[in-house]
Amino acid sequence: MEQHGPNSEPGKPAGGPGSEVSRSAVSGFLDCDETIERLYFYLDGELTEERRVEIQRHLDLCGPCVQAFGFETELRKVIANRCKDHVPDSLIDRVAAALHDEERRQAN
Amino acid sequence: MADQKDFSDLAMVHMPALYTAALRLTRNPSDAEDLVQETYLKAYRAFGSFEAGTNLRAWLYKILTNTFINSYRSAKRRPEIADVEDVEDLYMYRRLSGDQPTGLGRSAEDEVVDRFTDTEVKEAIEALPEAFRIAVLLADVEGFSYKEIADITEVPIGTVMSRIHRGRKALQKALFEFGAARGLVGVTDDGR
Repeated sequence: MEQHGPNSEPGKPAGGPGSEVSRSAVSGFLDCDETIERLYFYLDGELTEERRVEIQRHLDLCGPCVQAFGFETELRKVIANRCKDHVPDSLIDRVAAALHDEERRQAN
Repeated sequence: MADQKDFSDLAMVHMPALYTAALRLTRNPSDAEDLVQETYLKAYRAFGSFEAGTNLRAWLYKILTNTFINSYRSAKRRPEIADVEDVEDLYMYRRLSGDQPTGLGRSAEDEVVDRFTDTEVKEAIEALPEAFRIAVLLADVEGFSYKEIADITEVPIGTVMSRIHRGRKALQKALFEFGAARGLVGVTDDGR
């Protein structure tokens, strides 16, 4: 069970960028760095099934990465939910009136 | 071919989302209302060219985005070439958790995130350079796919991905700094 990353902290380079230490030792098993690199693609649903399974396999074995993924998921929910604005009724009326005028203008 | 008679029934339901995007883009309610109205008028006039059954929401966003870029962006300003700082992965998470992930279940970090206000989130988004702001809005607020965003903004999908990913990290940094400024975050290393 050594495959799931030599480092206990997700995404932190084990031996600096490009270090051999940060590469996965066993093909098909991603280490923490490789998993975190793909985090957004995974959460966005933009990975192939094969890639997705690789991430899941890592997450099954790596608590710190699960937590990091959970955090990013939560943050995105918060951002989406905090970013709502109430449409003024006056705008709805304005647009409806503008469309109505345009319709009549085209009919003439 | 779509029939203009159906336009209102199909398009008006998207107004809350379009208005939110318009506010983040123009950063003021008066311009946002004008932008939404102009988007609806243009969409109505062009509705004959909309292919019925395809993605109306994406089509409306395309008109909104182009209208914003062509008319509402400050006329004095050149097309924005501003870049975002390259921020590390997991920027906020790392700062909130220190080096000590707290264990299983709903964590302290997740709870901190929940305390950000609407205003802080909106301002952090509005602080992003335009191209990044548009990409992040479309992805994270509107939930469009990379491909849809590439179609809406007419840039290659690789550029879209890069803008979304880098924009998100820059957004995290801005948000974290807002939180730090009001003492919400950033207390992990002083022993409190």
